[in-house]
Parts: sequence; structure tokens; C-alpha cells
Amino acid sequence: MNLRTIFIVFLKELRETLRDRRSIIAMFVVPTVVIPAVTFGFALTSVKLVKKARQEIPTVMVLGGEDSPRIRAVLEKQKTFRVLPPGDDFAEQISQKKLRAALEIPPHFDAALDRGERVAVTIYSHDGEMRSSFAVEAVERVLRSHRDNIVRQRLAEHGLAPEALRPFDTKRENVAPPEKVGGNVFGGFIPYLFIILCFTGAMYPAIDLTAGEKERGTLETLLCSPAARSELVIGKFLVVLCASLATVSAALVSMGGSALIAGASWMHLTASAHGGTFPTVSVPGMIGVLVLVLPLAMFFSALLMTIALLAKSHKEAQTYVSPLMILAVLPAAAAVLPGVELTNTLALVPILNIALVSKELVAGSFPVVPLLLIFVSTCVYAAGALALAVRMFHRENVLFRT
Amino acid sequence: MIDARGLTKIFRDKKRGEFRAVDDVSFHVSPGQIYGLLGANGAGKTTTLRLLATLLTPTEGEATVAGFDLRRESERVRGQVGFLATSTALYGRLTARELITYFGRLHRMPDELIATRIEQLANELEMHEFLDRRIDKFSTGMKQKTSIARTLIHDPSVMIFDEPTLGLDVMAARTIVRFIRDCRARGKTVLYSTHVMSEVEKLCDTVGIVHQGRLLDQGSLAELRARHGEQDMEEIFVRIVTAAEAHA
Ligand SMILES: Nc1ncnc2c1ncn2[C@@H]1O[C@H](COP(=O)(O)OP(=O)(O)OP(=O)(O)O)[C@@H](O)[C@H]1O
Ligand SMILES: [Mg+2]
Repeated sequence: MNLRTIFIVFLKELRETLRDRRSIIAMFVVPTVVIPAVTFGFALTSVKLVKKARQEIPTVMVLGGEDSPRIRAVLEKQKTFRVLPPGDDFAEQISQKKLRAALEIPPHFDAALDRGERVAVTIYSHDGEMRSSFAVEAVERVLRSHRDNIVRQRLAEHGLAPEALRPFDTKRENVAPPEKVGGNVFGGFIPYLFIILCFTGAMYPAIDLTAGEKERGTLETLLCSPAARSELVIGKFLVVLCASLATVSAALVSMGGSALIAGASWMHLTASAHGGTFPTVSVPGMIGVLVLVLPLAMFFSALLMTIALLAKSHKEAQTYVSPLMILAVLPAAAAVLPGVELTNTLALVPILNIALVSKELVAGSFPVVPLLLIFVSTCVYAAGALALAVRMFHRENVLFRT
Repeated sequence: MIDARGLTKIFRDKKRGEFRAVDDVSFHVSPGQIYGLLGANGAGKTTTLRLLATLLTPTEGEATVAGFDLRRESERVRGQVGFLATSTALYGRLTARELITYFGRLHRMPDELIATRIEQLANELEMHEFLDRRIDKFSTGMKQKTSIARTLIHDPSVMIFDEPTLGLDVMAARTIVRFIRDCRARGKTVLYSTHVMSEVEKLCDTVGIVHQGRLLDQGSLAELRARHGEQDMEEIFVRIVTAAEAHA
């Protein structure tokens, strides 16, 4: 094997890749523009929608209670929801989202309370519907305050202070450092994104440099040259690897930028108000993630090239590679599940191991033994995949498939 | 120089099982000679040429190309061969100059030598006008010239052409025929495949007739004409092939 020849192949493939609009889009535009735009767009829209739902004054139908003027008065006086007269079709109206909720007051409600009997009111709602749940919250708030008033009255009748029911208070405070909070908030998300981008970044050039060459008929021309097949594969592999890493780097830069902006606006918002912990991620941890992404990108690049080489055309290669993408994303997604924690055995499972350890890394902890296991095992997988790609390039029935 | 001895290529195919695409083929081509392989579709011409260009490995048999052993010194063989086929396409996203330079570098030529070679080839082939334009915008004729320059950049001593005039118009085909003659005049060994009889009559010093992987007959045009008592190449071809089929 000759390093100079590998470099010549690398330079030429790199030049061609950089002249291809589709690779540029996959490498730079998707991670820097599309992904942040989609994520931010989604976050922004959902925040807006929730806000709008909160601002709406829900409608609540009140059933019964004609013989209980006190609860009726409470309901009429409040301003958080609008009371509608009773109707028979409340269940249907709630299901059709025309009505947010209904409140059923049993007969002789006030009287029963006066006698000290236990009675229950029923709130009808649409589970899983946000606006309905906001209505339920509003109704419950009003009922709670009414109940508290009754309790206070009864305590006073017995000469007791309201505090008698609350001998102590509870307070909550976050003690986890910001990067631990960030680790849990972003821990699943960041490695997940990196693994996907690592894959998608390698995907297009891997296909283009193998099946694409077959389709365009340039592979035979290339094989006529005195370069050894291993030199050709490694030169191509390095370009695919670069594309994969470029994609991840582009995403990193754009995410870093967005995080700075988001962080600044967070500070701005919380400076005057109640404070709070802005979730950050550990910078050494992020570097650790990137170090692990390198062998992962190598693994993906070689694997994708091997598989794409089996195809005769771009289109055929795409049908082989797409299911593989799900296979690559699944372990990354599994790492987000609660209870899936890093063990020395799981440290040997490709992709999943990196997703799991990334959670810890961005939270600022460095489990040394699993880290070593993961790095070394991923390197071994990458070397295996590359060896397979080289072998594939020696197979006539693959190169000259008819 | 090309010296093939008993070259055989067996493909394993699901439908056909073991299939002899090239079957015990032996021939010799000297420098300054044009050898034409004449055969119908599927006769095994492309496979034979691919074997000699080391794109495929022979199942059986030996060959020496430009003094190098086909099996043991395949990289050196490729260093001495210029292979041009309809299936050897060009990289569309490169310019002609970049493409030719790339192949020059793969042949481990120094950049200065590549540059002077390109200048010389561009003069001979009249390529200056499009040398620095991208290949995907080229006409068939421009592509053909670029391909020729690509095969010649390392000044190979052996030229292998697989149906080089296929799909070209009369003028472009004439350019190719003239170019093949030039190669012979410069003392190169030329091996060439076609199914066009008239080209064989115009060009070849020696003709080999292939059918179903076998080399049925070979010799100079005069020898073949004398042996089969016929002047017309097409008639000779049909006679040899029908005789072989009757025999089988
Ligand atoms: N890679 C391969 N795998 C299996 N069979 C093959 C392969 N390449 C060629 N063949 C078969 O070998 C036979 C000879 O093919 P070849 O391409 O050498 O013929 P040819 O003389 O060049 O024909 P044409 O005039 O059509 O180009 C054909 O039957 C073809 O189907
Ligand atoms: Mg052919």
C-alpha cells in the first residue's frame, strides 16, 4: 500500500464530493440550517400553542346544584372559566372539543356539607387534551379554595387555627450542578443527534463513491489504473469519513451558537425574576463525546461503503442503506429510556455504548473503564468494517455485477 | 507485447450455473501490430479484454502483457496498458485536465511531466478549447477525446480497445480508427474487439474469431481468405461460426 496513492485518490474524491450540490446539502445545510430550524421551529410553535391554550377561558358545563346556592354562588363568582347551563349531550360535546369540561354537583350538596357528610363532585374531561386539562385545573382550583374555606370555618368552630392542619412546610431546591441538569436534559438528545448526523453525513458520499461510480461507469476506468484496490478503498473511505465528521462538526458549531443565544436570553429572562438553573453541558464531556464519535464515524463510513458497493445504482443502494439507518438510530434511542444504564457488557454493544456513555460525559462524569472499552471496541468494529470493505473491493461479482 | 496462453474465465451464475465466458483462448500480439477480436454479442470479447487489463482474474491459463505476468504482476501490467471501452466512463464533475492529471498521478508520474504530456496530447487531439471545462457538459466526441488522452497519459506500450467505435457517428469513428493506426505506427501493441466486419478489414493485421468463449480461428486477413476460399470477411465469419455450431 502506498500512502501517496491513497492521498491522490483522497484528494480527487474530495474535490468531486465538494462539487456535488447534494453532498454539500447533506454535509452542511442539513446540520446547520435544517435541524436547528426544525427544532427551534417546533419548540417555538409548541410554546406558542400552549400559551394560546392557557389564555383561552374554558367553558365548563355545570350539572345539578340547583338546590345548593352556596356552591353555585362560588361558581358564578369566579372568572377563570365560563359556566354553561346543563345539557344532556355534555359527554359528546367534550369529546368533540366543543366543551372543555363538565362539573356534576350531586343533589342536596350544600345540605350534605352542613351535616358533615362526605360527598363527591364529578369532573368530566377529555384525557390527553391539553385545553380540557387546563379547564379541569381551573375547576379544581376553585373547588379547592371553596373546600379550604369550609375547612377553615370548621376549624374556627372548634377554636383551632388553620395551621393546625399544616404542622410543617416543604421546600424544594436543586443541588445538582448545572451541567448535571444539562446532562439529563440534553444527555439523551445530543448523542442521539450526533449518531444520526454521523450516519447521514457518511451516507450520501458512501453511496456516491461506490454504487454511484458503478452506475456512471467510472469504476471500471478507475480499476484500470495501477492503484491497488486497497488504496482506492482507503482513499474513498477517508473522504466518506471526512464528510461524516464535517456533518457532525457543522451541527456542533450551529448547536453551540444556538446554545449561546438561548443561554443569553435565559439569563436575560431570569435575571430579574426567580433565578433558576440554566442547564449547561460539560465542555470536557463534549470533547469526550467527539473523541468517541471519531471511531463511530469510521465504523459507519466503512460499513456504508461495504453495503453500498453491493448495489448497482444510487437508488438500489438507498434501499439497502435506509433500513440500516433505523438499525443505527434504534440503539441511540434506546439509551434515552429510563433504567438503561452503562455496564461493562453494554460498553461492547456498538452505537448503544456511545449513546449511553455520552449521557454521562455531557453530565461531567468520566467512567474510565467503560470509556476505554467503548473506544477500543468501536475502533475494532471500525477496523473490521474497513477490512470488509477492502475485501468487497476485491470481489469480481460485486464490482462487475450484471 | 501480449501473449495469452489458454486463458479461461468461468462465471458462476444462479441461472446458468458454471459458465465459460472465455474458454481456452491463446494468441499473440507483437509490438506494432493490431490484433482484432471479432465476435457476436456475448461471444466473450469484453471478458477476454478485461482479463488482459487485469480487471478480472483468469480462472485458468496464463498471459504475459508488456513482459509482465498477468497474475503475479498485475499492477505493473496496468502500468503498461491503456484500456479504453464503452464502459470506461469519465468523472463528470472534473474538468478534462483534472481527470487526465488524476490518472497521470495514479501512474505515479511527476506533475511537471503530466503537464507537458497533457499539452502534447491536447495539441494532437485538438482539445485545448474544452480542456478546462467540466466533463459532464461535453459532447460524445469531446468525451471520446478525453478518454483517449486518459488512456495515453502514461504512454502505455499496450493498447486495449473494447468496441471503441460503438455508438459514434462516422466522423468520430474515423477519428478513432485513425488514432488506432497511429498507435500501431508508434510501435504499440494493439488489441481490439469489434463486431463490425469493415473495421476489421481496414485495420487489423491479425484477426481472431471468437464464438461462445472459444477462439475458433485466427490469422492475417490474407491467411483467412485463403483458408476459407472467400474474399468477404462477413462470409468468412458466418462460415466459421456455422461450422462450429454444426460441430457442437
Ligand atoms: N461479471 C459477469 N458475471 C456473469 N456473467 C458474465 C459476467 N460478465 C460477462 N458475463 C457473461 O459472459 C458472456 C460473455 O460476455 P462478454 O461481455 O465478454 O461478451 P462480448 O463479446 O463482449 O459481448 P458484447 O458484444 O455484447 O459486448 C455473456 O454471456 C455474459 O452474460
Ligand atoms: Mg462487450
